[in-house]
Amino acid sequence: MTEPTSSLSHLDVEEREKPFLDANELVINMGPQHPATHGVLRVILRLDGEKVLGLECVIGYLHRGVEKIAENRTYAMFNPYVDRMDYVAAVSNGLGYCEAVEKLLGVEAPPRAQHVRVILTELNRLTSHQLWLGTHALDIGAITPLFYTFRDREEILKIFEKYCGARLTTHAFRIGGLQYETYDGFEKDVKNFLTFVAPKIDEYEELLTTNRIWVERTKGVGILSGQDCIALGVTGPVLRASGVKWDLRKAQPYANYKNFDFEIPVGQNGDTYDRYLVRMAEMRQSLRIIQQAVDALPEGPIMAKVPKVMKPPVGEVYHSIEAPKGELGYFIVSDGSTQPYRLRVRPPSFVNLQALDKMCRGQLVADVIAVIGTLDIVLGEVDR
Amino acid sequence: MPDETKPPASSPPEAEPKPTADKTVPLGGVKATTSGSVQSEAKSGEPGGVPLPGTPPTPDPGLAPPPTSPPLKAGSAPAAAGTPTAAAGTPAAKPAAPAKPAAPVPTAWNSPMVAKLKAQFGSGMEALTYLGQNYMTVDRSLIPEILQVLHNDEQFDYCVDVTAGHYPQREKKEFDVIWILYSYARNERIRVKTQIGDGESIPSSVPIWPAANWLEREVYDMFGIKFDGHPDMKRILLPEGWKGHPLRKDYGILQQDNEWVQINLGIESGQ
Repeated sequence: MTEPTSSLSHLDVEEREKPFLDANELVINMGPQHPATHGVLRVILRLDGEKVLGLECVIGYLHRGVEKIAENRTYAMFNPYVDRMDYVAAVSNGLGYCEAVEKLLGVEAPPRAQHVRVILTELNRLTSHQLWLGTHALDIGAITPLFYTFRDREEILKIFEKYCGARLTTHAFRIGGLQYETYDGFEKDVKNFLTFVAPKIDEYEELLTTNRIWVERTKGVGILSGQDCIALGVTGPVLRASGVKWDLRKAQPYANYKNFDFEIPVGQNGDTYDRYLVRMAEMRQSLRIIQQAVDALPEGPIMAKVPKVMKPPVGEVYHSIEAPKGELGYFIVSDGSTQPYRLRVRPPSFVNLQALDKMCRGQLVADVIAVIGTLDIVLGEVDR
Repeated sequence: MPDETKPPASSPPEAEPKPTADKTVPLGGVKATTSGSVQSEAKSGEPGGVPLPGTPPTPDPGLAPPPTSPPLKAGSAPAAAGTPTAAAGTPAAKPAAPAKPAAPVPTAWNSPMVAKLKAQFGSGMEALTYLGQNYMTVDRSLIPEILQVLHNDEQFDYCVDVTAGHYPQREKKEFDVIWILYSYARNERIRVKTQIGDGESIPSSVPIWPAANWLEREVYDMFGIKFDGHPDMKRILLPEGWKGHPLRKDYGILQQDNEWVQINLGIESGQ
């Protein structure tokens, strides 16, 4: 970003660029109740006709004070709360939190638990990407993908339900490993799912990749360069679509990702179309990881030895994982008691949403919808 | 409060669900819970606090086999625990208590970068490693420069997070402000920490990393720390006009700005 500080003053009439000076200028409000904002996001748009001169996000409608709650709960009691941040990727949130506390406690989950964690987390990445694809395509005007993705996503949710009883806010992991051993037939279910879903992903692509309307609506829309991504702290598929080959699973491997063979898909143009392609490729990579993990699922215990009353030694730790939306980090300060002294969540959606203004300038109003969709934000995580 | 923290230490398996459950109830009342737990950290290592004068020999095995004596005490001691007798017992048991976990301690972090920074900034900074994570504590006065150097010369081009912590027990410098930085080129993550007092402001890092924009606004919203030179220093998650900064330790978990709620929502209370 070349002019870092200017982005905020766009509502200031004095400051706008001359070519845009026009009697047609209009400030309108989109949201917070709007189907295409994926939750309660309010965007104040400054328009010249249909062209976006600048915008400002108003967030916080879903703020629940998760970080404050954490200070008043024990480490184990706070675990279910993290599922409620990015509620379409609850398993990832749980993985990040459990690993952060494990780091603080100095324990490590046993290999079998690690494998099951990877399987569930990658399945969850698939559900997150499928939900993104369905709703994003719907925003742009393609209705069919929504039905396809929700139909297939259902199969994953069934596996979650059989495993831990919940479909969405799973609370699947415990600090130190897993609460539940896998059910009979878990491996078979997962393998069946893999063979079932691989052709389905091709099916989504058939609907969209060469679809002329889709290409027109996404190519060249909301371009963000790799440098801008880095300057704005954007991570996840958005960063990779801009040509930066960076994935925490490779860069700083956590869980046991270093044992699995997979690639990091990258795009070139950093536009909405490339972000779509990157996420589609990521789905296939997730299938690869799940296949390897389920084939090599070791026997053994599922829980490390963790004290009943967790009192991590005094200290601080930051641990982050590659959530479906980007880098999800937990910064925990322990004072040696049973509750975190301070717990900070570094939410990918919140940071990525900052780039919305940059991506939408000069685009049309209809493209704002496409760009919000392509950022893949979840307001539960933005506001926490 | 002290009575509640005791059971978990002395009689592990069944007793502890109770204190935690109890905690949920009173949390509404006072934010004292957290500050209480801060103190309890000092005390809680001390089931030695429980042993009454009669049992000096136990402190040695004290923690490991508590079942021998504590059952009696669990019943009888809590009432008396907070009282002077406990104070008498504590010193004896204290050495035994911390021995339990071989807690890791921060060690010095040495690297060419640290050496270079030390040469440049002198004694104003301290570099440490804890659990394999590097961080530096720097003096407030170094703040814009050292971040600038890290960004320009040391390639820390990605500002992961800006956050803060509140330590009211510290006298002058109540707040920690923390930058979590990452370098794509070096694949390295560090934290930079500084301390400031209530009401003080700190130079904004938005000119260095545009990513810090919303993150600093959130710190302001939650802690009331102002960042000088920030292009748009206002609340981000809470509504404008809200009074108070919720992540401060003196802000209760059920506390809210009643006036705001009454005016803007037209209801008596949000509870």
